[in-house]
Amino acid sequence: MSEPSQVEAARVPLVEVVGMTKRFGALLALNGVSVRLEPGSFHAILGENGAGKSTLVKCIMGYYRPDAGRLLLDGVQHDIYNPRQALAHGLGLVYQHFTLVPNMTAAENLVLGQTHASPTIDWANERARIESFQRNMPFHVDLDARVTSLAAGEKQKLEILKQLYLGHRVMILDEPTSVLTPSEADQVLGMLRDLTKAGRLSVVLITHKFREVRAFAEDVTVLRGGRLVGAGKVAELNDADLAGLMFGRETVFASADRTATKPGKAALEVRSVTTLNDKAMTACDALSLTVREGEILGVAGVAGNGQRELVEVLAGQRGIEAGEVRVAGVHYDRSRKQMRRYGVHLLTEEPLQNSCVRGMSVAENLSFRNFDDGANVQLGCFVRRSVLRRHARTLIQRYDIRTPTPDARLDTLSGGNVQRTVLARELSGTVSVLIAQNPCVGLDFSATSEIHSQIITARNRGAAILLFSEDLDELLELADRIVVMSEGHIVYETPRAAADVETIGLYMAGHRSEREDLWASNA
Amino acid sequence: MIGAAVWRGPEAAVLTVGAVLVALLAFGIFVAFTGLDPFAVYKVLYLGAFGSRFSIETTLTLAAPIMLTALCVVIPARAGLLIIGGEGALVLGGLGSVLAGVALNGAPASLATPLILLAGAAAGAIWIAIPAALRQFRGVNETISTLLFNYIAIALLNHLVSGPIRDYGQPLKPTSWPIPSAFMIGTIPGLSVHWGLVYGVAACLVAFVVLRQTTFGFALSILGGNLRAAQMAGLPVAALALTAAALGGAAAGLAGAVEVVAVHGAASISLVVGYGYAGILVAFVARQNPLAVVLAALLVGGISASGGLLQRRFGMPDAASTVLEGCIFLAVLGSNSLYGRLRFLQSRSAEVK
Repeated sequence: MSEPSQVEAARVPLVEVVGMTKRFGALLALNGVSVRLEPGSFHAILGENGAGKSTLVKCIMGYYRPDAGRLLLDGVQHDIYNPRQALAHGLGLVYQHFTLVPNMTAAENLVLGQTHASPTIDWANERARIESFQRNMPFHVDLDARVTSLAAGEKQKLEILKQLYLGHRVMILDEPTSVLTPSEADQVLGMLRDLTKAGRLSVVLITHKFREVRAFAEDVTVLRGGRLVGAGKVAELNDADLAGLMFGRETVFASADRTATKPGKAALEVRSVTTLNDKAMTACDALSLTVREGEILGVAGVAGNGQRELVEVLAGQRGIEAGEVRVAGVHYDRSRKQMRRYGVHLLTEEPLQNSCVRGMSVAENLSFRNFDDGANVQLGCFVRRSVLRRHARTLIQRYDIRTPTPDARLDTLSGGNVQRTVLARELSGTVSVLIAQNPCVGLDFSATSEIHSQIITARNRGAAILLFSEDLDELLELADRIVVMSEGHIVYETPRAAADVETIGLYMAGHRSEREDLWASNA
Repeated sequence: MIGAAVWRGPEAAVLTVGAVLVALLAFGIFVAFTGLDPFAVYKVLYLGAFGSRFSIETTLTLAAPIMLTALCVVIPARAGLLIIGGEGALVLGGLGSVLAGVALNGAPASLATPLILLAGAAAGAIWIAIPAALRQFRGVNETISTLLFNYIAIALLNHLVSGPIRDYGQPLKPTSWPIPSAFMIGTIPGLSVHWGLVYGVAACLVAFVVLRQTTFGFALSILGGNLRAAQMAGLPVAALALTAAALGGAAAGLAGAVEVVAVHGAASISLVVGYGYAGILVAFVARQNPLAVVLAALLVGGISASGGLLQRRFGMPDAASTVLEGCIFLAVLGSNSLYGRLRFLQSRSAEVK
């Protein structure tokens, strides 16, 4: 380990991160995190979304200036102010999305990453260098293949080759396997482990998948809420320990004055729905779930397991490949007529992207559900703007939307007020079915508890509520029943009373006893 | 692109007027480089456009079809579609009106003329609805397809007038069968400007009211502002987009029909004089506001009307007025980047968080 392989000039340094702290306004995203990366080690950083993993990476790589903390390479402190400096010190970053140029060949992509001093490229020479470089690597990519023709796993290998070719000996991989199939992921991570074992590389793997940590990493650091909550040798920790660290044990089961209602008839049924994501890959695979009147069904899951696509299906923003959605026992075609008749409302995340028009006024945005309804229309087709505005004033007051006038453009409002605008629009009508997706992200404590009590109130009135949340505490507080969604399937279901954070965490992290063997036999 | 170009009250007016002034300055420099006195050129430009009764009448006559073709951009733009197929829709409108006119031979004019205009509008509506449907259901870029549809329309016109519907009594220029002269519409009393001007202004007023005051217009604004919000509100997205495109196409088709029943009496390559493209320019100068379209069309009509005079008086190339129009187009598009940047234009309320 002390002697690097002869073919490579660069040594693998000892990397130490000491007391890294980063604050965004009132949010402490990273709170004094320290990590020690021995040369040739494979170190996993485990945490939920928002735990601070990416912030830590960005501080190390010079994308962010940390508020406090030091980076030591072989014991020498380095101030890294921009990504270029980080690269110059041999720190390389592989993102979850690809940074290759799709229309160029693998060889061209390798060359293009370099900072050339000369304006011309000596292709014969470059080619010889790449080939001799690749001979020393445990894995190979067809150099003349265009990147577009490579499978995702091949592309990820090429990204890694590129980093190595550029002479980077410490590689940080930010959820590199999220775009790969399990067997591709195993292959890529296995090759990286071989390289670390040979002492040619140190790897930091950012992930939320236990399986990868267990199978490949030697050391693990667990972050939660920006803090380092645990670290150690992977071999000495079991999955339950990791889940406990990652999701927290001390969850408060505070119920916001929920009345003991008996859940009624099935109000929203998703029946074997299959849908594709934007890359035309299966996002939800024959997924079924049922929400009954007076019930909150919480859907737990790590982002990117099909929740967004399912919400879009329910919102009418995405097509259904197979299966059916039913509301109040009839086929739901997601039309305006049915939304109104059955009182279907949605609180989606990122309202400016998903449910509002930036360039329209607050009053107009508040009336998307009812501008063509009853008292708001005269002579059959004319919108009564004065009525809309009066209605908007009432809502602005009731939901405490901070806007100078009802006529201000929506995008002049702050994020929290945009969220309140949507909340006012969606909850002020007759709500029978409510689909909520991370409704409290980005809101402060009081706004969060207000939304929570609104949701509980709607439930007590007999509404059926489907709540998607990446925040387990929120689900445990609100839901009557919790299901876990993973890779487009419902993999676990439990009533709230019997809910156990560690078990839910295991299923969220991709634990699936009956599939584990299948993967092993494929690999 | 469209989103940035919609009307936003006084700020838009100030920016547009400023942009036109910048364009006039740029064109003045261009003129000075050709060795002419810019002030003399602008004076003649003014005289040619608005200086006499005759020049005003010419300006109004030229502005009329441009108002209608501008609506072919403005109405679909409200639904988020960037349609530049006004030229083709105008041609189709002309062809449709000729066929209707010939078919209705012998009918009373009071019945036939409205039907001819309707046929032209319908032809234009269908013509623009096709690329909108391709966009909606197959994801074909509507801007490129409507541009290409223009060439198809012109080729179709050339084919028909040089064979299937050719009037062989016109040996010099391939021309379609004429419509019966009884169906021709005359001029507005007291002006030597045909009724097309009234149709154009009326269409702009109707479009303004429909887009601003009706539930349909409100739904279009949601769709054009954010497709996902429209879907979430359960709006019939495809129907709205197709209807908006068809209405725009109908306006341009009507322009073609008016050219036939008020000017040419038949369809020929004379329909293809760039009204469709001028409409794009006008729609952007008017920032997709139908009322502003009327004013912008008068401006562009005036520039076109004075083109001949500039040519005769100064020996300027006939492309000179096109250069001026191009300067205006670029300046107006460029001015979009100044939205919200000029401190003195910001209303105080908009700054409060």
